[in-house]
Amino acid sequence: MTPDVHVTLKAVTRVYPAHSGHAAVQALGPIDFGLRRGEFVGVVGPSGCGKSTLLETVAGLAMPTTGTVTFEGAPVRHQVPDGVGVVFQEDATFPWLTVRDNVAFGLQRAGVDAAEITRRVDDAIAFMGLNAFRTAYPSQLSGGMRQRVCIARTLVLRPRLILLDEPFGALDQQTRLLMGEELLRLWRETGATVMLITHALDEAAMLSDRVAVMSSRPGRFISVLETHWPRERDSRIVSEPGFGLFTSRLWELIRDESRKALGIA
Amino acid sequence: MKHPALWRSAIAGGLVLALEVLCRTGVINAFTMIPPSKMLVALANMMRHADWFWADARYTFQNVAAAIVLSIVPGFLIGLVIHALPRLRRVLNPVLLSYYSVPTFVFYPLLIVIFGIGQLSLTIMGAMFGVVAMISSTLTAIDRIPRVYGKVARVMRINRWRTALRITLPAATPHLFTGVKLAVAYSVIGVIAGEFILATAGLGRRLSLSFNEFDNATMYGLILLIFIVVAIINGVLQRWEARIYRRWYRA
Amino acid sequence: MKQRWSDYLMLVVGLAVLWQLAYYFAGPDAIAPPWQTLQRLAIIVRQEPFWENARATGSAFLYAAVLALSGGLVIGIAIGSSAAAHEILSPILETLYSIPKIVLYPVILLVFGLGPAAKIAFGALHGFFPVTLFAIGAIRNIQPVLLRTARVMRLAPLSLARHILLPAALPEIVTGLRIGFSTTLLGTLIGELFASSQGLGFMLIHAMDSHNVPDIMALTFLLFLVATCANAIILAIEHHVRAHAA
Repeated sequence: MTPDVHVTLKAVTRVYPAHSGHAAVQALGPIDFGLRRGEFVGVVGPSGCGKSTLLETVAGLAMPTTGTVTFEGAPVRHQVPDGVGVVFQEDATFPWLTVRDNVAFGLQRAGVDAAEITRRVDDAIAFMGLNAFRTAYPSQLSGGMRQRVCIARTLVLRPRLILLDEPFGALDQQTRLLMGEELLRLWRETGATVMLITHALDEAAMLSDRVAVMSSRPGRFISVLETHWPRERDSRIVSEPGFGLFTSRLWELIRDESRKALGIA
Repeated sequence: MKHPALWRSAIAGGLVLALEVLCRTGVINAFTMIPPSKMLVALANMMRHADWFWADARYTFQNVAAAIVLSIVPGFLIGLVIHALPRLRRVLNPVLLSYYSVPTFVFYPLLIVIFGIGQLSLTIMGAMFGVVAMISSTLTAIDRIPRVYGKVARVMRINRWRTALRITLPAATPHLFTGVKLAVAYSVIGVIAGEFILATAGLGRRLSLSFNEFDNATMYGLILLIFIVVAIINGVLQRWEARIYRRWYRA
Repeated sequence: MKQRWSDYLMLVVGLAVLWQLAYYFAGPDAIAPPWQTLQRLAIIVRQEPFWENARATGSAFLYAAVLALSGGLVIGIAIGSSAAAHEILSPILETLYSIPKIVLYPVILLVFGLGPAAKIAFGALHGFFPVTLFAIGAIRNIQPVLLRTARVMRLAPLSLARHILLPAALPEIVTGLRIGFSTTLLGTLIGELFASSQGLGFMLIHAMDSHNVPDIMALTFLLFLVATCANAIILAIEHHVRAHAA
């Protein structure tokens, strides 16, 4: 195994056992894949193909039925390893805390002193452009801003691996593109490895170094495409000639799987 | 709708006024009920002149306060535990549902055997009555917590106790208010009913005495007092709950 | 959440064990053990006075339940349908709900005298509030998008009520009915304690007065059984309604 590889998945499957009249369902796999340290990987696929299940398995939120997941060489069992951050699809801000307290939440453990907490929190808030809203409550913010709070909250813990499950799904297209730029900025500044699950092909194409295309359930990786984009990229990459080609390649691969997932094919 | 509070006061005031008129004109005879104004006077007199009033009030207040705490805290903790053990929850479900259909004060003799006659028994009677409402309410409240919060806690590698204290408890708080309000009401009922039936002191006992002696003034004065106290407690809780809802759900 | 037979079994066994332990701990002056209780119950149930009392309680309860449930539904739906009425009246109702109605017991006795009317009034008073409050909640919680869809389809008011309002509000209304049902039962029983020379509540207080522990246990156990069965039935109805409304 090359020292480059940050996360590996070997023959990972997830099967939901049979119960009360329903047969067992294979939701995922088998998946074999390796995430290189510092890269940005996008995962796309038709609905129901198991993208979220994949993310939860990589994060350690769920155990694979067969196969192994390793992070930094150590196997991931039923516990989230240190150094992993996750941004979820749903709004996960805590409504009873201000933005500042939300961001500081994970840091308030034994071993991190108050001055350090303040510093990291202030940095994260500034980085995500939330300075004007430090004392606001999540209910006063838009969906996009709340996701920024969640990202800041993850940032503050200095994760080496960041997993995002359709974080911008609920946002409109323009906001999504801008949030995508923020994400790229974050990726470059922290040097973390990033895995982003999304249903939006253009988003995956714009943000990723590699894009893994999943089949319909049970989701497997049909293909993994390299984008070869420069590291210093932003949303203007959508106007590059290669971009349209890439996105159509993705759609070519997905189209049949999507039709299967919808029951048309 | 402008000034709903004004309308509310008007309606409540109107009903009280109607009652006052009906009593004074004799439509409702004095043997059955005395006019609200006289109830107020009786209460004021009690508070100022009755030698037993403050001692009994303090007695009852201590019992009720203790019962409230004993319903809310264990109720929440037990609810937490039951929620974490789905099998247990399924098994206990029928009990939780039927608990308030059965007069639980039939167990008072049992309590007295164990704890003797006195404030401890009364407190436990009150708590016994209120705790199940708190447990049910806690279960529903935790049900409503978005599942993603639990995942966030696991990603941050927070242990179960800290998760319960710093996420579950605050997240459940708005819905817990329902349970708290019920626990307060049931604690009051449990304690006063207990005092009514078999105590040697307390406002419940005074209620029973005045009823048996046909002392309507005292009786209605006490009833009015209990009404007022519970209404105030509820008003405070209601306002607090509304403030939390506004902060959480303003958008 | 599906109950399984094994769950009920575990509950019954668990309760029986706790019961027996409590007996060992507290002695025959406070509790009768399970087996003795069941035997006593079997004897009581075979005596005619029991059935007279049961009928008295039953009929009082039925009257009270009809009053509480129908009154609560009508008033609840009426208030729920008007935003103004809801804003003004709901806080009043909630405060009244939370006031311990046992405190009104002497008042009810004075107004209705000793006898079945007092029982019925007390029971109905108890059950009225949950039914009303839940009905109001059910109507207020109907998602606005359903109402807008109905307007687009231009439904007549009666059609609107039948096809949209009722199915959407039904689950919560049924929950309110269930809680109102239990509460009315409790209220009727409490009403019987002092107001009556008839009824199961009366039998209970009589047993408590003469410190007849086996009778107290037998009657309480019976009431618990009846309440649990009734609750289970209504709960099953509730699940059925929810499954269809979803």
